Amino acid sequence: MAEKPIEPIHQFRITDYFDIGNFGGDGTPGSGIHLAFTNSALFMILTVGLVLAFLVLGSNRRAIVPGRLQLMTEMTYEFVANMVRNTAGHDGMKFLPLVGSLFMFVLIANLFGMFPYFFTVTSHLIVTVMMALIVFLTVVIYGFYKNGPRFLKLFVPSGIPWYIIWLVVPIEILSFLSRPVSHSLRLWGNVLAGHIVLKVFGGMVVALLGAGAWGLVAVLPFGMAVAMTGLEVLVAALQAFVFAVLTCVYLHDAMHPGH
Amino acid sequence: MDPEAAKLMGKLIGAGIACIGMGGAGVGVGVIFGNYLSGALRNPAAAASQFSNLIFGFAVTEAMGIFSLVIAFLLLYAV
Repeated sequence: MAEKPIEPIHQFRITDYFDIGNFGGDGTPGSGIHLAFTNSALFMILTVGLVLAFLVLGSNRRAIVPGRLQLMTEMTYEFVANMVRNTAGHDGMKFLPLVGSLFMFVLIANLFGMFPYFFTVTSHLIVTVMMALIVFLTVVIYGFYKNGPRFLKLFVPSGIPWYIIWLVVPIEILSFLSRPVSHSLRLWGNVLAGHIVLKVFGGMVVALLGAGAWGLVAVLPFGMAVAMTGLEVLVAALQAFVFAVLTCVYLHDAMHPGH
Repeated sequence: MDPEAAKLMGKLIGAGIACIGMGGAGVGVGVIFGNYLSGALRNPAAAASQFSNLIFGFAVTEAMGIFSLVIAFLLLYAV
């Protein structure tokens, strides 16, 4: 097989910046918990820092006539608040901090990933699975806390004839349990696939430029890479929105389990 | 054929077959956006209120394509 000049998944490699130490384990490599400050941690901190700076700087003046930054902050807040109000209902507004944090974190992390040489936090399954599990556990715990055993009505759609219920209930349970899987895989898959496609087109440009007169053709994949970058910025914002909307839909189920 | 080459061939063919599943997701996403457009052209006033439903349906449908993509990636890089 021909050697690969550009490895498209190299961009997702996690590198240690400095080690904190190895805890537990019996000394063999791979055992115990290896703590280190990685590029993933750095970009998570940068993401949270940017979100914090945006929201705090935008809202601390509280002018009657808002400036540009305050206007952007207020529009962002209104956007998230409207989304929660429309999808989760008025009593879902108590989850606005959760949904807003998830939305802002995913949005800024995705957009950070669009800069060349920047690490994309959401391109790692562990990050998206953790966020999806937070949502899933919130739904389960709050659903049982609010509705008690009536939460199980979620699995029994109303208006179903009794003779088909034994078929519907397992399907509903399975679909409920697969929610965190699809919730996390969707964000991860979109980000990962987009970045790999960008890298593949970039690799084509490099390969064609090194091929003598064929270098002129390199304009085609280059233009494609530019167009895909535009599409990826759209996908980055859209997936953050989708993640937040699905969170709202699941929370709505937790509050109103009857179909 | 030596076993390593056979394994590589199986991986690549399997990844290619897994990508067929994305066609179904493509059809589904097309149906959703097409129906949204035709509904929106019939009743443009109601279109904006259905936008989040559109995105929700798009996301749920698109997940199926992402699943097959994940299988392809697993075959290519993780098996």
